Amino acid sequence: MKRFRATYIIWLRDLKRHFRDRARIFGSLATPIIFIFILGQGLGSSMSAALPAGSTTLDYKTFMFPGILGMTVLFAGVFSAVSIVWDREFGFLKEMLVAPVPSWSIALGKVVSGATIASFQGCLMLILAPLAGVKLTPQMVVLLIPTLFLVAFSMTGMGVLVASRLKSMQGFQMIMNFIMMPMFFLSGAMFPLANAPAWMDTLAKINPLTYGVDALRSIMLTDFPSRYPFAFDITMIVLISSVMLGMAIATFSRQS
Amino acid sequence: MKNVVTTTELRKSFKSKKGVVEAVRGVELHVGEGEIFGFLGPNGAGKTTTLRMLATLLPIESGEAMVAGFDVKKQPHEVRRRVGYVSQAGGGDRLSTGREDLILQGQLYGMSTTDANARADELIDDLDLGEFAGRRVVTYSGGQRRRLDVGLGIMHRPDVLFLDEPTTGLDPQNRANLWELIRQLSGSGTSIFLTTHYLDEADVLSNRLAIMDHGLIVAEGTSRELKQEIAADSVVVSLKSDEGCSGATELLRQESYVSHITTEADHLRLYVDDGVAALPKLLRLLDGNGIGVRTITLSEPTLDDVFLRHTGRSLHKAGMNQRNGDSE
Repeated sequence: MKRFRATYIIWLRDLKRHFRDRARIFGSLATPIIFIFILGQGLGSSMSAALPAGSTTLDYKTFMFPGILGMTVLFAGVFSAVSIVWDREFGFLKEMLVAPVPSWSIALGKVVSGATIASFQGCLMLILAPLAGVKLTPQMVVLLIPTLFLVAFSMTGMGVLVASRLKSMQGFQMIMNFIMMPMFFLSGAMFPLANAPAWMDTLAKINPLTYGVDALRSIMLTDFPSRYPFAFDITMIVLISSVMLGMAIATFSRQS
Repeated sequence: MKNVVTTTELRKSFKSKKGVVEAVRGVELHVGEGEIFGFLGPNGAGKTTTLRMLATLLPIESGEAMVAGFDVKKQPHEVRRRVGYVSQAGGGDRLSTGREDLILQGQLYGMSTTDANARADELIDDLDLGEFAGRRVVTYSGGQRRRLDVGLGIMHRPDVLFLDEPTTGLDPQNRANLWELIRQLSGSGTSIFLTTHYLDEADVLSNRLAIMDHGLIVAEGTSRELKQEIAADSVVVSLKSDEGCSGATELLRQESYVSHITTEADHLRLYVDDGVAALPKLLRLLDGNGIGVRTITLSEPTLDDVFLRHTGRSLHKAGMNQRNGDSE
């Protein structure tokens, strides 16, 4: 357990830091709110045709909500991982790496703290569920929290993997454009992938967020036919998380 | 005296787009216990690279390094426990308070929360961090950040503290304060290894120093030894009448303590072993021969003279034309 001490210390520090920053906690809800209530409202009428049959009663905002939840977790997880680049730029990372703790333990700390923060942000979003027409039951919440954490874990793992290779904050804009935005749009968060062309379908299949969004939708929208069975989604997310975590730790350790 | 840092044939090269850059090309160093060891050289000389290898942050390509009694290559973990490292950029998490950073640092080194708290209090006292320890690091001034950085470096009471250009960017007052702090640390038994490109810092602060250029150590010793190696103080004499010049030159050339003499326009420049001893003799001799002296200036050699002697160029100028590969 001694070897996990650094993991715990870093997790605790990142959490403290996050919760001190009230502006960031609530500020990060702005984008999802805009998506749901402006984009969701605006596109609602034209999108209802695109929603699969049998869900005629489904409002677009309701359809979109689990997707936006996925987006929140993706953004919060990757943003949190990017603090590695900050730490590197300001020297703090070096100090951590000179300390007599294994570097995998530090990397794991970053992933776990990012995942905690991202899933917290996701849970915060659940407050908005009634406004989007999602009726949450206690059972759903019980299932949602671990699912959110798993999704957050895979997203943060990916974030740490990328951040370990980034030398400066400038590179972050690239990540936004080339990874996060495509991942979000190709995850089925905004529109059902059922009628998507083959190339898009293929990309969606290799997109980890697809399974996250699908799992969240399975839990929350009981009358909506999900793309994959829930158990399959979870298996995929666990698999992706493990691979991402392994790669993140390997990359982080190598760069140090 | 026991050595806390010993290196033999230390080497490191980096691959860049333009080919392989040999940053460190066979460095031999010895730092004694309790010393303040200055590592002087222009930007790009390889100082930081050497330091980072010794602090286990960069893998050693070839050669040996012993730090705090352990082999850096074979037992990096043991080395890490015993060294503190303060990078050029400084450390500390900017969004946390100074106190939190200190405690985090202590915990990373395996201290219990109670011990880390106690040690943080102690350092906040010792380093006069009291006023701002509870504020977030982002709000600190340059001098305050540097003090905290040093605090982070010594939180776990290391045997050896590596400081990478600790005073770069500080104003004179803060610089003097930091020097004082470094002396205190040294006084309390911590060996200090600092890099600098300031001549005066290497000269005044360090007990011993090494001069590095193009990845090699070109000179090592105390500041005094290095200057004495040049074996000369310079004395500039300007005479009342220009006609006296040649006569004076002839006269002075006979003297055993004058090692070298040059005539420049209206004045003579002599190099003597010991300027203070030579000055009265010179005056007596010139006066006795009826040669009037208008001014006489004695100057001791500086480390810049030492650098010039070993590298063929002045340190001030060397820094400007170098590749800027020292920081990473």
